[in-house]
Amino acid sequence: MIGWLVRRFLQMLLVVFGVVSLAFVFAFLVPANPARMVAGPQASPVAVASIARQLGLDRSVWSQYLSFLARLAHGNLGVSFVLEGRTVASEIWGALPYTAFLALGGVIWEIVLGVPTGIIAAYRPRSLIDRATTLGALFGLSAPPFWLGLMLIYFLAYKVSLFPLNGVGHPLIWYMVLPSFTLGVGGAAFYSRMVRTTMLQVLRSPFIEFVRLKGMPERTILFRHVLRHALTPVVTMLGMDLGYFLGGVLIIESIFGIPGVGQLAYNSISTLDIPMITGTVLVAAVFMVVMSFIVDVTYTFIDPRVRLSRAK
Amino acid sequence: MSKTATSLLEVRDLAVHFRVRKGLAASRAVKAVDGVSFDLMAGHTLGIAGESGSGKSTVARTLVRIVRPTGGTIAFDGAEVANLRGQPLKRYRRRMQMIYQDPYDSLDPRMSVLEVIGEALTVRGLPKNQHTGEVERLLGRVNLPVSVATRFPGQLSGGQRQRVSIARALAVNPEIIICDEAVAALDVSIRAQILNLLKDIQRDTGVGYLFISHDLSTLRFMAHRVAIMYVGRVVEYGTSEEVLTNPLHPYTKALIAAVPSVTSRGRLRLKLRGEPPDPGDPPSGCPFHPRCPEAIDECRRVRPDLVAVPGGQSVACHVVFRSRPSVQAPGWPA
Amino acid sequence: MPCGVPFAPERASPRVAGVINLPENEIVPDLVGIEPVVLSQPNFWSRAGKSLLHDPVALCSVLFILLLVVVAVFAPWIAPYNPLREFANGLSEVGAPVAPNSHFLLGTDEAGRDVLSRLIFGARVSLLVGVVATALASTIGVLIGAVAGYVGGVTESVLMRFTDMVLSFPILLFCVALIAVTGPSTRNVVLVIAFAYWTYLARVVRGQVLSLKEREFVTAARTLGVGHFKIIFKHVMPHLMPTIIVYGTLGVATSILIEASLSFLGIGVPLPQASWGGMISEGQQYFQTAPWLLIAPGVALILTVLSINLAGDWLTDVLDATRREIGR
Repeated sequence: MIGWLVRRFLQMLLVVFGVVSLAFVFAFLVPANPARMVAGPQASPVAVASIARQLGLDRSVWSQYLSFLARLAHGNLGVSFVLEGRTVASEIWGALPYTAFLALGGVIWEIVLGVPTGIIAAYRPRSLIDRATTLGALFGLSAPPFWLGLMLIYFLAYKVSLFPLNGVGHPLIWYMVLPSFTLGVGGAAFYSRMVRTTMLQVLRSPFIEFVRLKGMPERTILFRHVLRHALTPVVTMLGMDLGYFLGGVLIIESIFGIPGVGQLAYNSISTLDIPMITGTVLVAAVFMVVMSFIVDVTYTFIDPRVRLSRAK
Repeated sequence: MSKTATSLLEVRDLAVHFRVRKGLAASRAVKAVDGVSFDLMAGHTLGIAGESGSGKSTVARTLVRIVRPTGGTIAFDGAEVANLRGQPLKRYRRRMQMIYQDPYDSLDPRMSVLEVIGEALTVRGLPKNQHTGEVERLLGRVNLPVSVATRFPGQLSGGQRQRVSIARALAVNPEIIICDEAVAALDVSIRAQILNLLKDIQRDTGVGYLFISHDLSTLRFMAHRVAIMYVGRVVEYGTSEEVLTNPLHPYTKALIAAVPSVTSRGRLRLKLRGEPPDPGDPPSGCPFHPRCPEAIDECRRVRPDLVAVPGGQSVACHVVFRSRPSVQAPGWPA
Repeated sequence: MPCGVPFAPERASPRVAGVINLPENEIVPDLVGIEPVVLSQPNFWSRAGKSLLHDPVALCSVLFILLLVVVAVFAPWIAPYNPLREFANGLSEVGAPVAPNSHFLLGTDEAGRDVLSRLIFGARVSLLVGVVATALASTIGVLIGAVAGYVGGVTESVLMRFTDMVLSFPILLFCVALIAVTGPSTRNVVLVIAFAYWTYLARVVRGQVLSLKEREFVTAARTLGVGHFKIIFKHVMPHLMPTIIVYGTLGVATSILIEASLSFLGIGVPLPQASWGGMISEGQQYFQTAPWLLIAPGVALILTVLSINLAGDWLTDVLDATRREIGR
């Protein structure tokens, strides 16, 4: 199994490398003259040229690429073109806690909303509760997050001052309720349906029937046997969702005024702050890749079949 | 037994080794086929018998070049075909066809019978507008009514599907048809019909068969010569008369003893213990020695060659030759 | 012991102990004259129609989608006004949007434009972007996935690594970043979404092709000597159709949502052109005074995506049933 682990890890590194390179390529495609941007609109051509040389923009693409990689190895993501003298890394580092909080909240909502409803619906198919949750799930899947967020703000923060309108403050949790809910609803809907489908399948399978015949109470069956099967796909996707959320969900952050990585990314894109764009996009992708690796490894511990096939 | 001049297919020392990755960097070779030799005469049937893991299906797939051989030679009509590519490979493919075990998966469920056979006809070079007539003729050859042509495989029974497969194979006018457990998945009464049909076709067209089966009684009926395979090697080879009525190799004896017959009462006298070994990690010397009731010390150390017994079949067994004072020099039996 | 195995006369079975004993000369007559049992011809359209009639939810969804298509295609004839026209009587004395009335069935927006007309033309944009982007993404994705799956080897590794890399970028962020490179316009939105979405299809198609490759009828075709291209087109592709259709419908829904998100952020379909996302973005500030500005496009989006998802579900069921009847 160590063999598989090592190979998978190397594969992850390869993808990270590819992602990094793609981000670099991307930085080159943005239609803006970085030197001019840093110099400012009033600067003379001479000033612009000297800044270009400072930034190393007159060197060949290859040498820029290599120094980009070298800097990255030291954790240096560059300096922002737009925000006076602030490094990309420090900005991202400062914004990350908010995004992380939001991401975690989103995942929690997904679990809390999605899994129980799916289980209940599976145990009482076609009942009122099943239909209600299905309807809710369909709604959650189809409602555009930005619209939903706006509606929630209107009804729960404006009309009724239950939650703060936007921004962040103390206690942070209170400020995060609505945005993380908006974030998690879509996923919750998806998981609810998926848990329901998987559980229906498992509940009908011969080995569950056998356990029932043994006389085991339904509840124990649920927790000891059924849940494992139903939750395995959920666990996988939760991991991927977390990775996705960490990359910064710009829309939610912008509606709710949360100064997270997504907001950072969006601002950098509208101001064409190339190092910042590259940095945020890179960080987002790396989160996804690492989470995917973690999920893969976790799978080994959850599913014995997988463990055996990897131990070979 | 002398080798006649009309040996259509001559296989010598065929080897098919697969590399399987193990651990971080190491890999091991799975020797699915490890030195197999046999002849097939035109218009005759060679039966290949063995259990799972014996390599018989791999031999079949190698002969039609779905799998590449890693060693040995395959001579078809005098020409070497093991390494053909491109156009010559295409030409060779038409002369050797195959019928498969699973009647449900060997026909594309989305194509009608007409299209399935038509595909083969197109390969043969027949233009589309002449397909219908030829398909009707072929369907008649396999005793299927013409109305079947517009049906889809999902509407046909297993036996009917195998007939369609046979028709498809015949469509390119092959000289050899490999039947890879072609009747194993069919009900017993249908099996009889298909075997009869195959024999009729052989009588009428002179096509040769390489009949692969684990069922010795089927081979008794179908095959002129039989090769018994164990873990990628041939352990006994000769006419079906010789091998099946006078088996020499302990494995062959055990296989035959395992066939229940109508007259045998009480328990079967099975002398075979254990299970066939993993082809990736076969025992040393003769691969059968752990299970062989007659094994001697040499069997563990030295791998036996396939040697002819005077006036009879060829066997790969030390014990057989220990008990016979006159033994031919090792090498391919004349 | 196959007692039914007929015994050809030329092979007499010697009755030696321990040897196979077969009955002599027992020929089973060939059951030729009997017609094969024929199941009904599997017909996709008749099954589809029948299942629709039994499933009111699916029926409504399909009808809604058809309605949407009609509205989108005939927008210029259906919409009561020009969506870009700013009406003098579209704004109140203080310059605020007007509530729904007899002139403007869904009210007006902050520039005095008729909301209903903008909604109708927005449908056009959404559907156009959704369908074209998905069609483009599907073509690219299927091609890459099929080639990777079928050819295997280094090609497959390279293609799949590349797909994985693109997949590592969160899709919305990816699209936003690309728009920054290309500049916002409807055409660019389509291209950007296609460039992001093809990866999902490539992955799925490659997995399917890998397993299809091992099916015996593919082996049979190769044994016959059928060329690789023919095999891919005649044998592999038709079996991919159900997957492609399902992912296609999903793709349209996803594309519509992404386009709406981009337009909401202001980098999608450029104003003043009507798009549902853009309408929501503009209507944000008029929450309390003009809620219809938010509700109308929001409901339109929800209903559209919902219908597509439901129709996709129904389509999956129908295709599944047909597939099972054909027999895998």
